Amino acid sequence: MIAVDICILALLATTAVAVARIRNLWAAVMFTGIYSFLGASWMLILDAPDVAFTEAAVGAGISTVLMLATLALTSREEKPIKKFPVLPLLVVIVTGSALVYGTLDMPRFGDPTAPVHTRMDPGFIEKSEHDMHGEMPNVVTSVLASYRGYDTLGETTVIFTAGIAVLLILRKPPKRKTNAAFGQEQEGSHG
Amino acid sequence: MDSFPIIRVVTKLLIPYILLFAFYVQFHGDFGPGGGFQAGVILAAGLILYGLVFGLPALQQVAPPRVIEQLIALGVVIYAGTGIATMLLGGNFLDYEALKHHVLPGWLPEGQHLGIFLVELGVGITVTSVMTVIFYCFAGRESADGH
Repeated sequence: MIAVDICILALLATTAVAVARIRNLWAAVMFTGIYSFLGASWMLILDAPDVAFTEAAVGAGISTVLMLATLALTSREEKPIKKFPVLPLLVVIVTGSALVYGTLDMPRFGDPTAPVHTRMDPGFIEKSEHDMHGEMPNVVTSVLASYRGYDTLGETTVIFTAGIAVLLILRKPPKRKTNAAFGQEQEGSHG
Repeated sequence: MDSFPIIRVVTKLLIPYILLFAFYVQFHGDFGPGGGFQAGVILAAGLILYGLVFGLPALQQVAPPRVIEQLIALGVVIYAGTGIATMLLGGNFLDYEALKHHVLPGWLPEGQHLGIFLVELGVGITVTSVMTVIFYCFAGRESADGH
């Protein structure tokens, strides 16, 4: 398994560098899709299949399509950089070092004494079977939808609000009828 | 995309399984990994794939934009409505214990199970329709240089 871990992490790093280096935006979007798919594989290795579903569907699928749709409306080449950007490089180095420094204090992966396993009430796992009358073997679902149902209602409202906001900003006026179907635009941009 | 027969055929073969998997993740979320959000994005990904390959008008026939826009609100209404229903039945907001009933015991979900089923359904509906609507918003626009 170690070999698989190293392979996926190395591919993740390579893809990230490729996304940053490449000037052709269409290729960059494809690389972000690959990055998300590798991320989904990584989540699967970390035993989080539900996060992997989401990453694969949203990251590799939907957001790639949305970025391609945006590219069809704008340019496909990034403008060349005239001079070497010193200040952004400094900011990135400082932020990156701070993040790496932060990981030094974190508990080892899978450590049973880590705060995340002891501080949050471990009783959820013990109580869930009884509270759910034995009908809900998946503790994640019972925590998200029942114990913390109010939080999840808030999250659903956030998604609702985001959808309404996108509609308000991007929706065409209903009267004007366009015939520019997405499929045709795609073909046009493929050339 | 008329000129890509392989993509069209493979898409037609795959879409039923993508949709089926989405429903599996939705309704089996109480037992296996997944739930409303995951199922919603998988279902929306299936719809968007259809729209990509067969064109926006074909997708809009399957999922009319007006209906999808109303479904955004319906999902939240189902979720919050479950909470209101538990209050009307004498419990706290979203306290599913109030949803106990004695109709067909063992066949219909009740109590916690019913409550979780309903709220996950609400989440699934909202997420699917928001993702689809965002796709409609992006795909339906004309490019700035007008092609």
